Amino acid sequence: MSSSDSTQPHPLPASPGALFVAFTLLALQGFGGVLAVVQRELVERKRWLTQDEFVEDWAVAQIMPGPNVVNLAIMLGARWFGLRGALAAMSGLLALPLLLVLALAVLHTGFREQPQVAGALRGMAAVSAGLVAATGLRLSTALARNPLPLPWCIGLAVLAFGLLAWVRAPLLWVLPPLGLSGCVLAWRRLGG
Amino acid sequence: MSAQLAPQLVLGWHDWLGLFVHFLMLSLLSLGGAISTTADMQRYLVADKGWLSSAQFSESVALAQAAPGPNVLFVALMGWQVGMNSGSVAAAFGGMVTAMVGILLPSTIVTYQVAQWGHRNRELRAVRAFKAGMAPIVIGMLLATAWLLATAGAAGHSVPLYLLAGTSCLLIWRTRLHILWLLGAGALLGMFGIV
Repeated sequence: MSSSDSTQPHPLPASPGALFVAFTLLALQGFGGVLAVVQRELVERKRWLTQDEFVEDWAVAQIMPGPNVVNLAIMLGARWFGLRGALAAMSGLLALPLLLVLALAVLHTGFREQPQVAGALRGMAAVSAGLVAATGLRLSTALARNPLPLPWCIGLAVLAFGLLAWVRAPLLWVLPPLGLSGCVLAWRRLGG
Repeated sequence: MSAQLAPQLVLGWHDWLGLFVHFLMLSLLSLGGAISTTADMQRYLVADKGWLSSAQFSESVALAQAAPGPNVLFVALMGWQVGMNSGSVAAAFGGMVTAMVGILLPSTIVTYQVAQWGHRNRELRAVRAFKAGMAPIVIGMLLATAWLLATAGAAGHSVPLYLLAGTSCLLIWRTRLHILWLLGAGALLGMFGIV
């Protein structure tokens, strides 16, 4: 009953151009992050992916370095049209939104001196902080299914948090040793 | 207001190269998304180099959140701001391209090459160990980023701002409320000087 069976027929994008348009449109709908829109557009509306395929691809996109949604675009584009597909999907995701955000930044420079504008951005920054924290908390529910025991997971997460947020240690000193410890511990738990 | 003044910079080619190389490195470390390396960008651009003011840094993140598109565009704005601080629109375009190519190029190559392999071999013990071992650290990185974003704008003493960040976090985590409503509410609260 594997629903990710590749023989199961579902529609596919017609061309790299169609991919570019699709990713441009979904990027333009995504405020504060695009993931929710990607799932709704590609899985539920266009049906280019099944739900299972989406979940697996999303997991890999998160593991790879780089922006998650950009990674997902690269992976899907590459699967359907090779390098051309990867570039089409990625540039669709980035090109028009980049112009929009620049326009917004230029507009903002003209009004920076106004206390209302500074205040509005301060308020939005606080909401952004909440959004990032919520993403972290949402992902943390997956730790219950992690092969590592929960106390170890919490220990590693708290250690990473403390070193980065309070000690202000450079990421290059924090990530490799902690990451390696986590992977070695998980490797041993998964064995035998 | 003095903390909000933009630094006036004179940047040499070695500075731009340093920025590019630093972002190339961050690209490879950006597990969990570019946003998870924000804490280190803040350390590098604001605390160490002084190329951006603390306010400009959090503005870049907030503006990118307020616009549609992937969150990684905040990196483009940071490069843009560094260029503007060194005095010209041409430098701003240069800064934007430097930062974006830096943060995207290595991760794009790695993802393109490795993702297909990882997809075919997702049952391998090594692949599963990598996923499982990295998960808690990715979460720690995200929470550290949230912490730094919340405290950067608050200048260390704004209880209403912490309350707003905490409330938004709870609402986004626990409800299906659209982020746009919360960003709008945050903007209004800030506009009227409540936070």
